[in-house]
Amino acid sequence: MAAAEITAPPLKPYPVIPILEVGAMANSKPYVANAAMQQALGFPGELVEGWHDKAIAKLGDLLQNYRGLKVYLDACVHCGACTDKCHYFLGTGDPKNMPVARQDLLRKVYRRYFTWAGKWFPKLVGAEDLSKEVLDDWYSYFNQCSECRRCSVFCPYGIDTAEITMAAKEIMDSIGLGSKYTNEIIGKVHKVGNNLGLPGPALLDTLQSLEEDLKEETGLDIRLPLDEKGAAVMLITPSADFFAEPHVYSLMGYAKVFHAAGIPWTLSTHASEAGNFGLFIGNYGQMQKIAMRVREAALDLGARRLVVGECGHAWRVAYSFWNTLIGPFDFLDPDYPLPQHICELTYDLIQRGALTFDKSANDRYVVTFHDSCNVARASRMGGLPGGQFEIPRAIVRAVANKFVEMNPEAIREKTFCCGGGGGLLSDELLDLRVKGALPRMEALQAVVDTDGVNFMATICAICKAQFSKVLPYYKFNMSMVGGVHQLVSNAIRLGPK
Amino acid sequence: MSAATVVFALLFYAATLLGAAGLAWRIRDYARTPAPLKIPTTPAPTTTGGVVLRMLREVALFESLFKANLWIWLFGWMFHVALALVLARHLRYFTEPVWFWVVWVQPFGLYAGLAMVGGLAALWARRFLVERIRYISTPSDHMMLALLLGIGVSGLSMKFMSHTDIVAVKAFALGLIFFDWQPLPAHPGLFVHLFLVIVLIAIFPYSKLLHAPGLFFSPGRNQADNPREQRHLAAWAAKLEKAKV
Repeated sequence: MAAAEITAPPLKPYPVIPILEVGAMANSKPYVANAAMQQALGFPGELVEGWHDKAIAKLGDLLQNYRGLKVYLDACVHCGACTDKCHYFLGTGDPKNMPVARQDLLRKVYRRYFTWAGKWFPKLVGAEDLSKEVLDDWYSYFNQCSECRRCSVFCPYGIDTAEITMAAKEIMDSIGLGSKYTNEIIGKVHKVGNNLGLPGPALLDTLQSLEEDLKEETGLDIRLPLDEKGAAVMLITPSADFFAEPHVYSLMGYAKVFHAAGIPWTLSTHASEAGNFGLFIGNYGQMQKIAMRVREAALDLGARRLVVGECGHAWRVAYSFWNTLIGPFDFLDPDYPLPQHICELTYDLIQRGALTFDKSANDRYVVTFHDSCNVARASRMGGLPGGQFEIPRAIVRAVANKFVEMNPEAIREKTFCCGGGGGLLSDELLDLRVKGALPRMEALQAVVDTDGVNFMATICAICKAQFSKVLPYYKFNMSMVGGVHQLVSNAIRLGPK
Repeated sequence: MSAATVVFALLFYAATLLGAAGLAWRIRDYARTPAPLKIPTTPAPTTTGGVVLRMLREVALFESLFKANLWIWLFGWMFHVALALVLARHLRYFTEPVWFWVVWVQPFGLYAGLAMVGGLAALWARRFLVERIRYISTPSDHMMLALLLGIGVSGLSMKFMSHTDIVAVKAFALGLIFFDWQPLPAHPGLFVHLFLVIVLIAIFPYSKLLHAPGLFFSPGRNQADNPREQRHLAAWAAKLEKAKV
């Protein structure tokens, strides 16, 4: 991919549906995982002999086990409602990035091998043999879907392209064709405990130096405890929070909130990662295995509550799947949501008047909020549907004076992915990531122009990393992006009231 | 009894059998396939009652499509509502005495016939005129629209151009139901109309018309958003769990 030129499309004053550019992104694909990375997850090391038959058999398996996949492959009528909804299509114009066309890459194979019409009249219903060309298309275009579910909001049948992408990735993994980025990271989680491969002693070191920073900043002994038995709360947060900027500012924010509220808490070495890339590759077993560390760590440390830091897909897995994968949580405190999002915790404390803020500390910012896709469309916060939109915004309003919303078509359930989700946050995909960020960048440009917005808050480690990287391609300052708890950290008053 | 009567009667039975059996098999298959994870598209209702309301809005108003694209919604919704009214109007050929609400719906059914053809024509035009829709259209997408349009136009032609012996048609329809065959009037428009309807019934469960039952089984729409409150465990996942303990 070294030759690929990375270009940001020009920002337009209003969204325009692009003219189709067939094959524009056919060459965009992640590096293939090597044999060691594949085998560490129990997948074949390279494309296996007889991959064709094995892929079809695997698809048959998945159809038996996932009702969603079966219904989604049957139900599409090609109405076209989704065709202009994907950020990667809007940014690249490649027709295979239209959600329906992406689904059809798998659907045409499903039709050919599993339906009567496709067996007898393949041309008529657009059924096709699984050839090497089709497999190549799968590898390119299913690795151009960030599983953000925006298309599924608009589909009259709720067809979720993310489910189809996950199935396709699962099939490809099972025949030895995995993505290096996702599969190498999953290996690190199993081996070291987190996506970044930060070992326990290094983690302890990092946290201690952060404690020193906090001491210098506030004059207080604000702790970042690791592996402390008997702490009420175990915090599980994306490992990027431990050292990447701007992530680390939010981690300090969490620490200050726990400190101010007097809640004993701890991080865990064993579960030093909230992210769960098992979701991205659609592998139930991996997702469960990665999540299981959380249960083990909580039992080991005797924690009573599980709180999850700012991470979009991690919150989806925690909120929607943990109870299924690693529950029941009968050993935890039933008085709190299990698991609880850090924003739910902070919001609750604000409601109870347990935290005080000096909002003027954020007066240098005009803030807007980027809803992260997995939080927005695959989870909830609080007791009411839509709490995942209201609670983070309420926190921002409580800690900052100037808050502005972006275009209603680009936030809340209609939010655009940052362009780096779904296991695509890899350097060789940078061109795709830059182009996929286009719709968000257009919405941001609009509020920069009208309201002077200079800070985009978000609650996802992938969003933060992606924006830090792509903002400069659109002539924005990379430090415009940061966490909600980064703003909390700026404004929170500690010590005697 | 004419040859046409016998052929059409047999075709109707065969198509009904093929359609009903296929549909039952498909629905049974959907119902028995597990949905291992909670994947409603959020924000989603948190209760079963809320889910029923969400589904009602999807079925009756095409809520998601409305959010997506007003043109597709307009033509699609117009076609489907019109089709429902036209089907209701047609119930007079299958009931004796005719139900009161079927009588009441008759004049609307007529306008609906026109709206249905109009909606279908507009939906078909999109497949030629909009580049994105042209790209995703397969021959079967065109044929499905042609089939429905053929049914609509041939039906309307019998109302507005060349009438058939409608009393005899009703006798034929009732005869099919009660296995007491009555002669079918020889009328080219009627033959075309009935043949296309037979094709539609037969291919229903083997085509994209499966979107109708599919919607009710879509986990993105039919699941309640309550994973923290209630533990969700599919049978195969439970088995996996037991095996580990």
